[in-house]
Amino acid sequence: MTALLELRDVHARYGPVNALHGVSLTVDEGEIVAVLGANGAGKTTTLRAISHTVHRDGEIRFAGNALRGGPEAVARLGVAHVPEGRGTFAELTVWENLRLGAYTRRGNLKDDFARVGSYFPWLDDRRHQQAGTLSGGEQQMLSLARAFMQRPRLLMLDEPSLGLAPLLVTEVFRIVQELNENEGVTVLVVEQNAHIALQLAQTAYVLEVGRVALSGPSTDLQQHESVRRSYLGY
Amino acid sequence: MVELARKLSLPQRRLPGSPVLLLLIAACIFLTIGSLRSTIFAQLTVAGVATGVVFGSLALALVLIYRATEVINFAQGEMAMAMVYVAYQLMLWGLAYWEAFFLTLAIAFVFGVVTQQIFIRPVQGRSVIAVVIVTVGLFILIDGLVEWKWSANQRFMQAPFGNKIYHLGSVPIARQDLGTIVITLVSVTALWAFFRFTKLGLGMRAGALRPAAARLVGVRTNALLAVGWGLAAVLGAVAGLMTEPAEYVLQPTLMQPVLLYAFAAAVLGGLESPGGALVGGIALGIFLNLMGQYVHFVGSVLQLPVAFAALLLVLLVKPTGLFGHRTVRKV
Repeated sequence: MTALLELRDVHARYGPVNALHGVSLTVDEGEIVAVLGANGAGKTTTLRAISHTVHRDGEIRFAGNALRGGPEAVARLGVAHVPEGRGTFAELTVWENLRLGAYTRRGNLKDDFARVGSYFPWLDDRRHQQAGTLSGGEQQMLSLARAFMQRPRLLMLDEPSLGLAPLLVTEVFRIVQELNENEGVTVLVVEQNAHIALQLAQTAYVLEVGRVALSGPSTDLQQHESVRRSYLGY
Repeated sequence: MVELARKLSLPQRRLPGSPVLLLLIAACIFLTIGSLRSTIFAQLTVAGVATGVVFGSLALALVLIYRATEVINFAQGEMAMAMVYVAYQLMLWGLAYWEAFFLTLAIAFVFGVVTQQIFIRPVQGRSVIAVVIVTVGLFILIDGLVEWKWSANQRFMQAPFGNKIYHLGSVPIARQDLGTIVITLVSVTALWAFFRFTKLGLGMRAGALRPAAARLVGVRTNALLAVGWGLAAVLGAVAGLMTEPAEYVLQPTLMQPVLLYAFAAAVLGGLESPGGALVGGIALGIFLNLMGQYVHFVGSVLQLPVAFAALLLVLLVKPTGLFGHRTVRKV
C-alpha cells in the first residue's frame, strides 16, 4: 500500500501557544485511520494542520506532493474536512449545502445526488429545508453527505460522534465504513469515543499533549494496557 | 409547479414575522385605496416608488457589502457618483446614452473589485473600525479625485427617458419614473437570480455566512469578496445613473443625500436582508413623497429629519429592522 497522507514532525500553534510538538503519522490509500486522545491532546489541531486552518510547520505530503496553500487549495486537491461543529451552513438549505460540497467539481452532478440519496434516503425530502433546523444527527449525516459530494480522496472527520445518541453514533460510523468500502474513500477520523473508533479503523494513533504517544494496528491497541485503562475503561 | 420549484431549487422561504407582513399588506391597501380616490395621491405614490427603488438599490449595495465584509461602506454613494461622472465622460466622447450606461456598469464592476483589492483587503480581518475608517477615507478620496478631474461645477447630462408623460386612466405617470423603476428592478432581479441560481452566487453566500466552513469546501473567499464589491459598485452605479435625471444636474454631492436615505432604508429593512433593503427603500420613497404633500410643516427642509424620526420609531418597536431575524438553529 502507498501512503496517501504523510505527516512528518508537524508543529502547529495558535498564536504563541504550541498545540502540536512534532506529530508524524501516515495514512495509506483506502485505509481508515483513527486519532485518539483526551481533550487538548491535539487531535483537532492535527486535522487543522492538514487543511491549513492553523499556523503549521513541518512536512505534510498528500499523494506524493507537499501540501501547500490555504484551506481552499487543500480542498481542491481532494481533502474533505468535516470540522468541529460539522461545518454546516445552517442558514442555507440542505440542497445548497450539498451543492457547496461539490463546489470544487465541474460537470454534471446528477449521479452524485442520486448516490448521496442511496446512502441518505431521507435527504431528498428535506432538500429545501433550512439546514440549521435539522436535528443534530441529521446535521451529522448532512455533513457526511456534503463531504461525499466533494468526491474526496481523503475524508477527515472531527469527532463525528459528538453530541449524538449511541444509536446514531453507530449509524454514522456504519455509513463511514460503507463510504470507505464501496467508494474507496480514505478516512482519517478524530474521536474521543475510542471504543467505536478502534472498531472502525485499521490503524490508530494515540495523541498525548501534542505528541504521538502510541500507534499501531487497532487490534493491537485494543489489547494495549494503557489504552484499555485510559480510553476504553476496562 | 412543485416539479418546477424543485428544478429551480427554490428554498422554502421563511416569511417575515406576521405583524410585519400585516403592516405591509395594510400599507398596500392604504396606498391602493388612496390612489383610486385621488389622482394626486396616485401620482405621488408612483413617483415615490421611483425615488424609493433608487434608495433601495443603493441600500442593497450596502447590504451586500455588509453581509460579506460586516461593515457599512460609507463610500458607496461616492463610488456611485464617480461612476455617473464616468458615464458623463463617455457621453462627452460621443457614446450614446445606453452604450455609455452599460459600459459604465462594466467599469463599475472593475472599479469595485480593484477598490476592494487595494484598499479593503489589507485591513480585512482587522477591527471593524479599521475597515470603516478606510471606507470613510475612500469617501474623501473619491470626492477629491472627482472634483480634481471634473471640478465641482454643475454639469448637464443627456436624459435617458425624456419628458414624456403617460396616462393610466387619469393618473399621469412620467416616463422617467417608469424607466427608473423598470431599470432598477431589472438590475435587482438579475442580481437576485445570480445569488440564487449560480454556483458562484452560492459560493458568495456561503463565504459571507461562514467564511471558515466555505474555505474548507474550496470556496475562494478572498476572490469572491472582491466580486461582491464589484457587484455592489454596479448596483450603486445603477442607483447613481437613475438619481442623476431626477436631480437634473450632475455635481459631486449628487449621492450624499441618497446615501443617507439608503442607510435608513437598509436599517429599516434589517441590514442583513436584501429584500428588506428594497422594501425599506420603496417604503421610504413613498413615505417621503406623501409627507411632502400632505403634512405641510414637513416641506423639503424637514424631509431628512422626518425620515430618520420614522426610522427611529420602527427600530424602537423592532430593533432588528422589518425583515431582520435570528437564525433558527438546533444543536
